[in-house]
Amino acid sequence: MKVVFALLRLFALALAFAMSPAAAQEKVLKFIPQADLRILDPITTTAYITRNHGYMVYDTLFATDASFHIQPQMVDKWEIARDKLTYTFTLRAGLKFHDGQPVRPADCIASIERWGKRDSLGQRLAQSTESWTAVNDRTFRLKLKKPFPLTLDALGKLSSNVPFIMPERIARTDPFQNITETIGSGPFKFVKEEWVPGSKVVYVRNADYVPRKEPPSWTAGGKIAKMDRVEWIYIPDSATAAAALNAGEADWWEQLPPDLIPLLRKNKDLRVENIDPLGSLGLMRFNFLQPPFNNQKLREALLYVVDQKDYVLGIGGSEANGHPCYSFYTCGTPLASEIGAEPLKGKRDFDKARRLIQESGYKGEKIVIISATDQPIVHAQSLITAELLRKLGLNVELQASDWGTLITRRASKEPVEKGGWSIFHTWFVGPDMISPANMPMVNLGEKSWFGWPADPKLEELRQAWFNTTDAASGKKAADAVQLAAFKSVPYIPTAQFIIPTAYRSNLSGVIAAPVTFLWNVDKK
Amino acid sequence: MIVYILRRLGATLIVMAVVALFVFSLLFLTPGDPAAVIAGDVATADDIQRIRAKLGLNEPFLVQFGGWVGRLLHGDLGTSIFTNLPVTKLIGQRVQPTVSLTLLTLVVAVLIAVPLGVVAAARAGTWTDRLVMGFSVLAFSVPVFVLAYLLIGLFSIRLEWLPVQGYRPLGEGFWPWLSHLILPSLALGTVYMALIARITRAAMLDVLAQDYIRTANAKGLAPRAILMGHALKNAGVPVITVIGIGVALLISGAIVTETVFAIPGIGRLTVDAILRRDYPVIQGVILLFSGIYVLINLLVDLSYTFFDPRIRY
Repeated sequence: MKVVFALLRLFALALAFAMSPAAAQEKVLKFIPQADLRILDPITTTAYITRNHGYMVYDTLFATDASFHIQPQMVDKWEIARDKLTYTFTLRAGLKFHDGQPVRPADCIASIERWGKRDSLGQRLAQSTESWTAVNDRTFRLKLKKPFPLTLDALGKLSSNVPFIMPERIARTDPFQNITETIGSGPFKFVKEEWVPGSKVVYVRNADYVPRKEPPSWTAGGKIAKMDRVEWIYIPDSATAAAALNAGEADWWEQLPPDLIPLLRKNKDLRVENIDPLGSLGLMRFNFLQPPFNNQKLREALLYVVDQKDYVLGIGGSEANGHPCYSFYTCGTPLASEIGAEPLKGKRDFDKARRLIQESGYKGEKIVIISATDQPIVHAQSLITAELLRKLGLNVELQASDWGTLITRRASKEPVEKGGWSIFHTWFVGPDMISPANMPMVNLGEKSWFGWPADPKLEELRQAWFNTTDAASGKKAADAVQLAAFKSVPYIPTAQFIIPTAYRSNLSGVIAAPVTFLWNVDKK
Repeated sequence: MIVYILRRLGATLIVMAVVALFVFSLLFLTPGDPAAVIAGDVATADDIQRIRAKLGLNEPFLVQFGGWVGRLLHGDLGTSIFTNLPVTKLIGQRVQPTVSLTLLTLVVAVLIAVPLGVVAAARAGTWTDRLVMGFSVLAFSVPVFVLAYLLIGLFSIRLEWLPVQGYRPLGEGFWPWLSHLILPSLALGTVYMALIARITRAAMLDVLAQDYIRTANAKGLAPRAILMGHALKNAGVPVITVIGIGVALLISGAIVTETVFAIPGIGRLTVDAILRRDYPVIQGVILLFSGIYVLINLLVDLSYTFFDPRIRY
């Protein structure tokens, strides 16, 4: 039988060799991304897959390195005036867009202005901006109305929305409308003709790209494209993706579901690694506009019973894929601390929680948790929370749908009887949660992110953090925000988890970073 | 006949118009908002409202429907809300994989199932018959995705004969094209084979019990000539009806198969569009499907005249 199989295999190989076009000699990386790329505009959407596409195609003025320091990327040199109101930037020589046009100050200004209308940190910068002016072909100037100490942090922002630089004519597109051309100055060029949404995205090396001389470190340093061609192959079914990687049809699978990790570890030709040093953070968000979670006591009660270890296991499947993080800021980053975290960190205390529920005057109002079954990270958290609330004797109902329905429904400010909600879960990547600038921390009532918390004191403390000018005062201000947040409870951090990646062992140069970067990667 | 065909084609247009109105209304009432999907998780409600306004999603139903019908009459199915690509281009990209998968499945299934059904009927009550019927019960019982994983595990991972996933256009060579379709066709076609085999067997048993078959036997005609020349053609009407209905089943089954084998076909385009509420794509694809279903039914009806000369239109 084995002989028959071997002969048939030989026949199949010979047939494939004889009938397929000659294999090209170029280096091709076949990469299974975390999601399907469907929106090409990294400014209209905050979707991480579009951000990752942005890093392939576009470049940024500044960048964040592995030590959380802001480094120049497209910028060669810059000056900050003594009054901290004027910044002068000079671009590196030889920067070109993929259509062959040079990168000009006008392109940078238009791109930053468009980004500043959408991104929360960009909006802060825009509010402080008096003008942007081009000085010459490579130099431009930012004049501020008032000092904005986070100017370079904003321009070197790591995660969505990233201030990518596009040609001026494209960057003039309304920031609420998708761009129709994808032309950047980054290390790879997007091949629109080969794009099959829902299946394949193709990039080719940008031969004109001039990388920096420094070694790569997160988004900073030299972005050297070592592959001639990168194909993102979207495989929606995880079992098939695992089979494709095992069979060598793909070189790299970006995010593994926990249940398939043991299977992939058995393959000696694969490396299964945690290359994301920050991981992601799950959170439980309350609706502040409707009972019962418009009551601080009830939110506080949950702090005493949420056990992050349960959520780590629920999301990551194993303690190896995450850990508790008793902070509102991503653990492992400079502002993270456990100040004020005792209610979340200490022994889980159901008696205390029940006392607080009684004090809150809870009268058995229905609590609706909205969940999405097509988002395992969201649904795992929702199931754990529903069980927890039942254990506390609360009247809870888990209403599951798909993600598309959830994100529409969470915009509803109505009571639960009219289609509203009480709790939803989601998650953010580590870089999105490193400071009080994170979206769920905004406390501006109906202008806030979904859930609409309104705590003027907390918001005041957040503003104070934005105005700090050095690391020490920044840390102190961030601690004050966290202390207030553990009282007000705008959300509850549920876990810090890591989604491992797997790639074939003939790949080298994989950069460990919170975002998956494909420059510097080589294939034997 | 020509008048009948023209009348049926006219009815097709009416059916498609009703489907269009129904689908448009349904999408208007279904919860979900493409603007929220576009904006992403970090966006605020204000951001979503502004994107909605830009997309024209705040317009009244009649304005949106009128605009869509107006464009449709000019052959424009609209543009995907997400990718900014024309719906016709998106469908065009996906037609070849789905048509290839469906046709190959159909051909393989018919070529295997009809002879199986004929043999089972000819040897009714024997072990051959029991084997064929046992196979069809098993094939009915195994879900497409389970069979797909089994096939991948055996032929792609263990034996390394065939690729796990993906699709190669015919333009890239016959073997790359075929090799990517063999496993999906087997996975998708097995239920279909079972269905056709059972119906063929039942129809053949019915025909084989007729007087004229007994006469043919009495005259000493060879069993093969009786089966193929006299019985099979007369058993064709129910079989062809099932094949026609089966094409509709194949298209819906293709959604699962395309997902498991990562084939960029129409089925996956539909599911992706529904999940993200890409209205123009959903409307375009459903119109296409309704047109295909109606045309297949027409072809099936017309084919009856070949199998049964008594049928006239």
